[in-house]
Amino acid sequence: MGVIKNSKHACEQHVPGEGDIMLARIFNETPINPRRCLHILTKIIYLLNQGEHFGTTEATEAFFAMTRLFQSNDQTLRRMCYLTIKEMANISEDVIIVTSSLTKDMTGKEDVYRGPAIRALCRITDHMVKMSYDVVKRWVNEAQEAASSDNMMVQYHALGLLYHLRKNDRLAVSKMLNKFTKSGLKSPFAYCMLIRIASRLLEETDGGHDNPLFDFIESCLRNKHEMVVYEAASAIVHLPNCTARELAPAVSVLQLFCSSPKAALRYAAVRTLNKVAMKHPSAVTACNLDLENLITDSNRSIATLAITTLLKTGSESSVDRLMKQISSFVSEISDEFKVVVVQAISALCQKYPRKHSVMMNFLSNMLRDDGGFEYKRAIVDCIISIIEENPESKETGLAHLCEFIEDCEHTVLATKILHMLGKEGPRTPTPSKYIRFIFNRVVLESEAVRAGLSVSVPGLEKSLHQYTLEPTEKPFDMKTVPLASAPINEQKTEIATVVTSKMPEKVGPSRQDIYQEQLAAIPEFKALGPLFKSSDPVQLTEAETEYVVRCIKHTFTNHMVFQFDCTNTLNDQLLQKVMVQMEPSEAYEVVHYVPALDLPYSQPGSCYTLVRLPDDDPTAVSCTFSCTMKYLVRDCDPNTGEPDEDGYDDEYVLEDLEVTVADHIQRVLKPNFGAAWEEVGDEFEKEETFALASVKTLEEAVGNIISFLGMQPCERSDKVPENKNSHVLFLAGVFRGGHDVLVRSRLALADGVTMQKNASGKIIILYDEDERVASQAATTMCERGFENLFMLSGGLKVIAQKFPEGLTTGSFPSSCPQSVPPTSGRKRSTPRPPSYPAENKWQFTSEDLNKIQFYLEDMLIPTNTNSRLSRLSVGSAQSKASSARSSYTPSAACSDSARTQSSTRHWK
Amino acid sequence: MGILFSSIYKSLYGMQARILMLGLDAAGKTTILYKLKLNEAVSTIPTIGFNVETVEPMRGVSFTVWDVGGQDKIRALWKHYYMNAEGLLFVVDSSDPERFDEARGELEGILNHDEMSKVPFVILANKQDLPGARSPSDLVEAMGLSKQRGHEWQVQGCCAVNGEGIVEGIQRLTEMVTRFQKTRRF
Repeated sequence: MGVIKNSKHACEQHVPGEGDIMLARIFNETPINPRRCLHILTKIIYLLNQGEHFGTTEATEAFFAMTRLFQSNDQTLRRMCYLTIKEMANISEDVIIVTSSLTKDMTGKEDVYRGPAIRALCRITDHMVKMSYDVVKRWVNEAQEAASSDNMMVQYHALGLLYHLRKNDRLAVSKMLNKFTKSGLKSPFAYCMLIRIASRLLEETDGGHDNPLFDFIESCLRNKHEMVVYEAASAIVHLPNCTARELAPAVSVLQLFCSSPKAALRYAAVRTLNKVAMKHPSAVTACNLDLENLITDSNRSIATLAITTLLKTGSESSVDRLMKQISSFVSEISDEFKVVVVQAISALCQKYPRKHSVMMNFLSNMLRDDGGFEYKRAIVDCIISIIEENPESKETGLAHLCEFIEDCEHTVLATKILHMLGKEGPRTPTPSKYIRFIFNRVVLESEAVRAGLSVSVPGLEKSLHQYTLEPTEKPFDMKTVPLASAPINEQKTEIATVVTSKMPEKVGPSRQDIYQEQLAAIPEFKALGPLFKSSDPVQLTEAETEYVVRCIKHTFTNHMVFQFDCTNTLNDQLLQKVMVQMEPSEAYEVVHYVPALDLPYSQPGSCYTLVRLPDDDPTAVSCTFSCTMKYLVRDCDPNTGEPDEDGYDDEYVLEDLEVTVADHIQRVLKPNFGAAWEEVGDEFEKEETFALASVKTLEEAVGNIISFLGMQPCERSDKVPENKNSHVLFLAGVFRGGHDVLVRSRLALADGVTMQKNASGKIIILYDEDERVASQAATTMCERGFENLFMLSGGLKVIAQKFPEGLTTGSFPSSCPQSVPPTSGRKRSTPRPPSYPAENKWQFTSEDLNKIQFYLEDMLIPTNTNSRLSRLSVGSAQSKASSARSSYTPSAACSDSARTQSSTRHWK
Repeated sequence: MGILFSSIYKSLYGMQARILMLGLDAAGKTTILYKLKLNEAVSTIPTIGFNVETVEPMRGVSFTVWDVGGQDKIRALWKHYYMNAEGLLFVVDSSDPERFDEARGELEGILNHDEMSKVPFVILANKQDLPGARSPSDLVEAMGLSKQRGHEWQVQGCCAVNGEGIVEGIQRLTEMVTRFQKTRRF
C-alpha cells in the first residue's frame, strides 16, 4: 500500500480517511472537483517518477478510480488523465478499459485532446501486444492477406506485423522469408525489410554465406528500386566475415551511387564506403576516382566522408594534398563529421608514422578551434595515441596538449592530459618545462583536476630529485594528498605548501592535534595524558540506515576513548541523551560514558565511551566490543519540526567494534633498521611462526602484516621484488607508553604448492622440525586431494642428525643440532661452503647426490632399521628443494621475530 | 460535505444521479446512450471500455450515464463502476431469446454485489422493432424478475434506433432513483 499511503498525505489535507477509499471518494464526487483531482493525479505521477513501487492491485484500483474522471470535461484534468494512463499502462491491469474513451477523444473535435489521446492509446496498444500476444495472433490470416496487397505501405506494414508475430520462432521466420523471396513483393519498403530480416538471420547463423539468404540479398542488388539496391549493399557490407569476393558486387553498386545526381544516394554510398574502408580498405580502392570527384561536392558532409575514406585507402603521397583540402572547409562541418576526420587521422598515423608532423600540426589547429566535448576528446585521444606510438612526436604533442589545458573547459580532458604529463613529462629531456603548466593547474583548477595531479606531481618530483621522505613521525605521502578521503580544507593547505615550498614535510595542524584539542575540552578526559594515536573512522552502520554511526578509536597510555560520530537521518525525530553502550569481550573495563545531549536531524553529534585498558595482562591487546546505541526519541512534527513533549527510550544495535594490535602502535621510521635491531639486543627477542592460510601472494602478506600491526615498513622492505618466493619485511613502531617495537618478518611462499598438486614427476615433501605440526598439515592436505605428498618423519631434527649435508640447502635452525659438523646453530653464519639460498636451488648437484648416498649408506648399514623417510625416494632429483630455514605450512608461512625493549609480547 | 454540497446543487439544478448502463454485447447500450445525448442514431462499434456522458433526458434531470462494454473481457471490469451507482439500466436484445439466460446470469451477478444493494433498475427490452422480438412481459419471466426482492425494478420495451420507449424507461428510473436517494440519505 506504499503509494496509496503516500498519496494519502495528499488527500489528508482535504478530508481524513484511508488512502484508496479517499481516491475513490474524491474521484467519485458529483460534480467532480477538477482542482482537487488534479492535485492527486500530480501526486501519483510524481510518486511514479520517484520510482515508488505500485503493487498491481493498488495500481489497478487507482487506475480505475482515475477512469471515473472521464465524466468531467475539464481540459486540464483530461490531459492529466492521459498522462496518468501513459504512466500506469504497464503497471495496472485491464488498462484496455480506456480504449473506447481514448478512441473517442482521438476522433473528436477537440484538437487539445486528439494528440495526447493518440499517444496514450499507443501505450495501451503496445502494452496489449505484449500482454495479449494471442489476441493479436488471431489476425495472422488477415495480415497474410494484406501482405499481398497492391498498396506499398499496406504490404510493408503487413510484413512488419507478420515478422513481429514470428520473431521468436526462427523456423517460422525463415519459412516466411523463403515464401516471400520466391513469390516476390511489390513494395520496395517491404523488400528492404526482408533484407534486414534476412541479414539478421544470417548473422545468427554461424556458417558461411553460402546460403539461400545471402543469395537473396545479393539478388536484390539488381532490383529496380535504388532503395532496395542500397539496402542490399549495406546489408552485405555490414555482414561479419565478408570475403573480398562477396564484397565486390556491393562495392561496385555503391560506386555507381557515388555519381548519382541524388545527394541522398551519394551520401548513403560514401558513408557506407567509409565504413567498409575501416575494415577492408583494399576493397574500396577501386572507387578512389569516384571519391576524388566527391571531394569538391557542394554537400560538405559528402565531401568530408569522401576525404576521410580516401585517407584510409589512398597512398602516402596523397595525404598532404587531402589534408590541405580538408582544412579548407573543416570549420564549416559539424562536430560529428569532425570526429570522423579525427578518427581518420588517427588511423592514418598508425599506417604512415612518418606523417606525424603533418598530422600533429593539423590536430593542434583543430584543437584551437571551437568544438564540443566529443570532438575535443577525439583530438586529445588521437594526440595521445600518436605520442605513445611515436617517440619522436612526444615533445611537440605534449607542447600542444599543454597549450590546450591552459584554456580547457573540460575537466575530464584536463585530468587526462595532466595524467599523461605526469607519466611522460619526467622522461623528456626537459621535464621542468611542464612544471609550469602543472602548477598553473594546481592553483587554478577544480578539485577533480587537482586529483589528477596526485599522480603527476610525484612523478615529476621524483625525476627532479626533490622528493625525499623525511623520517618524521607521520611521513608525508604525496599520493594521499589530494585524494578525497582527506577533508577538503586540509587538502588545500597541503597543496598550498607544495606550491610554495616544493619541499613536502609535516604541515599544518594534523588530524591528531585537532582530536587532542577536542578531547582535552571534555573534563572527564583531562587526566588521561597525551593522546597516543587516533584511528581512522570505522563505520558501525550501513551507509543508508536511519542513523549513521562511525567510530574513531583514541588510544592513551592506559585508556582508550571511543568517539562515536552519530548522524540522525530521520527528519521526524529528535534524539537526546545519545550514548553507545559497549560490552567488551576481554578484560577491558568501561569507565565512563559521555552522551551527546541533542541529536537533531542531519546534524552530526559525538558521544564518547571511556575504557580502561587491562594493566595486569599486557598481552590482551585485541578485544571485540558489542555496541548498542541508546537514546531518547522525541517525534517531531514533520511540518514545523517541533519535537513532542514526551519521548521514549529506544536503542539501536550497531556493528561490533574491534580493537586490534594496530590501535596500540604508532608507526615510526627507523632510517637504519639493522642498527636499531642490533641495539635492542637478543634479550627482548621473541620468535614465532604463523601460517597465513588465506594469503596468496607475498605482496598481500606484506600488506596484511603492515596493516595488522600498524607499523612503519623500513628500508623499503614493503616492496616485494618480482618473481621472488621469499621476502623479509622490517617494521618499526612505538607501543603505547613509548616502548619501541621492531619486527623482522620472514615471509616464504610455499611457491605453487597447489600447482605441484598431483603434477606428474613431482612430489611434495612436507616437513617441520619435529613432526608435530607437519603430520596435522599432511592430514589436511591429503583430505584436500594431494596424492603426491610425502611427510618427512622425524622432521628436520632427524635430517640434521643423519644428513648434515647434501639433502638440504641453507642452514639448520638452532633447534636442530647437527651431528657433523657441529655448529653453534644460533648464529646464521653459513656452516658449509655450498649453501645456496633456498630459493635459488632448483636441482641437486652430483656432489649433493654423492653426499646423500654417503649418509644413506652410513645410516642403513648400522643397525638402525627405522625408515627415516617414509616413502621418500631420495633419488627423485626433480623434487623441489626448499628452504631449510623456516617451517613450511600449506600455503604460505611467515615467521615473525619481534623484539621489544621493555617487555616481551607475542602477537597473535 | 459532498452530500451537503450536492443537495444544495440539486435544489438549484434539480435532480441528478449516477446511472450505470450494462448488458450483454450488442444489446444496444451505446446506441441508446447517444440517442439520449444527441437524439440521433449513431453507428457504433463494439465498446472496448466505457462511454460516459452527462445527459438531460427531461427538464431538471441530469444523469451521468456510464455505458460499459458488454464483451466477455470487459464484463469482468463492470465491478469497478458499481460504487456510488444510483440506478441501473440493463439493456437486453429482445430479439435474441437464446441469450436471455446469459443475460439473466449477468444481471443477478450485478444485483448481488454489495455495492449495488437496493439500487433500482430498469430493464430496457431493446430492438422491439425487429421481427421475433419478445415482449417486455415475456422478459419479466425470462429474467426471473418475479422472484426479485430487495431492488425496485421495471421493464420497458424500446427501440434505440427510433428512440421509442427510451424516455419512458428513463422516466420510470428517475422516479425510483429519487426514492432510492431519499432512503440512502437517511
